[in-house]
Amino acid sequence: MSKTDALSHEADRGGPRQPLILARNLKKHFPVRSGLFNRQTATVHAVDDLSFEVRKGETLGIVGESGCGKSTTARLLIGLMELDDGSIIFDGDILGSDISLKDMRRSVQMVFQDSYASLNPRLTISDTIAFGPKVQGLSDPKDRARHLMARVGLDPNRFAHRYPHELSGGQRQRVNIARALAMSPRLVILDEAVSALDKSVEAQVLNLLTDLRVEFGLTYIFISHDLNVVRYISDRVLVMYLGEVVEIGPVDAIYAKQAHPYTASLFAAMPSMDPDNRTQEPPLAGDPPNPIDPPPGCRFHTRCRFAEHVCRDKRPALAAFGDDPDHLAACHLRDPSSGHSLAGKEIAA
Amino acid sequence: MSKAPLLQIENLHVRFKSDRTVHAINGLNLHLQEGEMLALLGESGSGKSVTLKTLLRLLPPKRTEIDGTVQVNGTDIMTLSGTRLSAYRGGDVSMVFQEPALALDPVYTIGDQIAETVMRHKSVGRAEARQVALDMLTRVRIPSPERRLKNYPHEMSGGMRQRAMIALALASRPKLLLADEPTTALDATVQIQILLLLRELQREFGMSIIFVTHDIGVAVEISDRVAVMYAGNIVESGSTRDIIKDARHPYTRGLLAANLHGVDRGRRLDTIAGSPPSLETKPDACSFAPRCTEARPQCLRALPPFFAPSPGRQVACNLEEGYSPASHGLTAAPAIAC
Ligand SMILES: Nc1ncnc2c1ncn2[C@@H]1O[C@H](COP(=O)(O)OP(=O)(O)OP(=O)(O)O)[C@@H](O)[C@H]1O
Ligand SMILES: Nc1ncnc2c1ncn2[C@@H]1O[C@H](COP(=O)(O)OP(=O)(O)O)[C@@H](O)[C@H]1O
Ligand code: SF4
Ligand SMILES: [Mg+2]
Ligand SMILES: [Mg+2]
Repeated sequence: MSKTDALSHEADRGGPRQPLILARNLKKHFPVRSGLFNRQTATVHAVDDLSFEVRKGETLGIVGESGCGKSTTARLLIGLMELDDGSIIFDGDILGSDISLKDMRRSVQMVFQDSYASLNPRLTISDTIAFGPKVQGLSDPKDRARHLMARVGLDPNRFAHRYPHELSGGQRQRVNIARALAMSPRLVILDEAVSALDKSVEAQVLNLLTDLRVEFGLTYIFISHDLNVVRYISDRVLVMYLGEVVEIGPVDAIYAKQAHPYTASLFAAMPSMDPDNRTQEPPLAGDPPNPIDPPPGCRFHTRCRFAEHVCRDKRPALAAFGDDPDHLAACHLRDPSSGHSLAGKEIAA
Repeated sequence: MSKAPLLQIENLHVRFKSDRTVHAINGLNLHLQEGEMLALLGESGSGKSVTLKTLLRLLPPKRTEIDGTVQVNGTDIMTLSGTRLSAYRGGDVSMVFQEPALALDPVYTIGDQIAETVMRHKSVGRAEARQVALDMLTRVRIPSPERRLKNYPHEMSGGMRQRAMIALALASRPKLLLADEPTTALDATVQIQILLLLRELQREFGMSIIFVTHDIGVAVEISDRVAVMYAGNIVESGSTRDIIKDARHPYTRGLLAANLHGVDRGRRLDTIAGSPPSLETKPDACSFAPRCTEARPQCLRALPPFFAPSPGRQVACNLEEGYSPASHGLTAAPAIAC
């Protein structure tokens, strides 16, 4: 089957089983320029051959260290950046041919971490929320804004005429959520959207997000560095390392047993919460490596305690881990035919 | 006999005056023993950084009113000025920040900055100071320390800069290290390395540490004792184990629940409603009462006293009124007056 055949088959649109997003081999590289002639001297592999799907009505968590490409992935999905390669299929429609970027942008909304920078300081809260619907020519943007304010827990009578600087961080993040919902999106990407909030406020916003998902039939992509929050909110989780997927699967399966050594290290790095069992050994040494010219083979091999020759030579493919076809990992340990000396053995990553 | 504490803060009040007043610290009491690791835990605006800045006398004198006493190693630090103040800052007490840019000067190499501090505080020559700088970089486990001495801060990665800042802060062998969220901006994989490093260095050097954080997990990894701050005061303190396993103050219990550790997936979270008070008026009742589901009439009438439900434990909450009132200070062993 040729590549186009595969795509048109996947493009079978509609129905609950059609993924809302099919991301196929996404690639985004940034040139690094330097020197007298501003020549390209290196390449940032921000997102490299990244494939995954987002199912209708689910919350997909994305985790990984800073710089691994989480935000770049999000920007590609909302069309804030152009793909170098790969394709995005939105509910069966291929982006760029079946569905325009403009239509896609309405259906996919994003909420960022910095609640202040993403709001126009000169617009009142109700004008901020009504702005998108007005531009799109939707009916009654003002009413819509007031209704949504009430829905996210901001009393319209008190807050409609306030400006962003007159709100707390948690209140501003509610405005950002209301603004995203005002466009009646199908997918909302939350990029570290609760990370800057105080814990008690974060819990309020998480409850709100849970309610809204049901009420508006939303699908979420939830990007966060907090594994506790990701476990609480997500159905499935995608683990990224240097622009690639290293593991993806149901939250319960991955939290119970990590297939990839990198995922296991991320979990081991979480503070312990048990004063009688504090962490004794850091799971990884040094800082996350730079995605400029990443290492060959398995990109994690420079930090992996299981790395062998094959890991430097050959890129491991994503394959099912154990007998759960939904739980995939890209590690030679998990491929019995890889040639890794521990391949296929029952070892904890 | 227990020794006099290294640090004694009695009834500290800090107010900022401009067009409006901010009552940032409201009657805070805190004792710290030599070698103790205390986590100061609280949400944004609760007064953690102001407490540390008071201890280093870093607050702008014109706009700040400070009442109460702060003694470090028997010295009333509020009376320090001139050369004694600069000897104290970065000498007996030093500080590390969330943002290394606050401590590291971009135009000098790491080696020069550490050597400079050592010469200032230890009256040694340049050669010896360079030696100390090299030793410090080695102790904070910076790879190839000789080479790194010649690096400027911007030439280092985030985790490395944080290590360099710790080396700078510890080069003068302070008795007390103040750490203001030094790991908050780091990846969890790097954060745990820095926490374990601080634990090791504490064992090596024997200093006390006050570690400010809003993350309970971080407090567990770093501290022996936790003091929980709310609206400019400590509302509960006790051993880290007691705080985690048997939190008493409704605010502490809410914070623990909001950590989501071990919460069932998808179950509705018990949240603390509302948000912290603005601090524009001086609290004359329990500051948490407006958000507290268990508030009683007396909580709204007067400041709740401290109760001691168990040894080494202090809780400023009327729900504990069956227990004996706590004496001031927050030491596990009763401190003798000096
Ligand atoms: N120089 C200042 N002038 C006026 N108000 C100040 C000043 N510094 C701090 N405040 C106020 O004092 C209160 C306590 O601030 P502080 O910086 O100690 O909070 P924090 O607990 O460190 O919070 P965070 O977790 O956000 O760092 C806040 O209301 C803050 O706005
Ligand atoms: N517009 C850009 N130009 C150049 N490099 C970029 C740009 N956006 C992101 N990058 C780089 O791509 C990598 C991935 O970044 P990002 O997706 O923001 O990571 P994350 O969100 O996982 O922290 C980083 O090395 C980052 O510096
Ligand atoms: S493929 Fe090799 S280097 Fe990569 S994670 Fe698996 S064992 Fe480690
Ligand atoms: Mg990001
Ligand atoms: Mg602070």
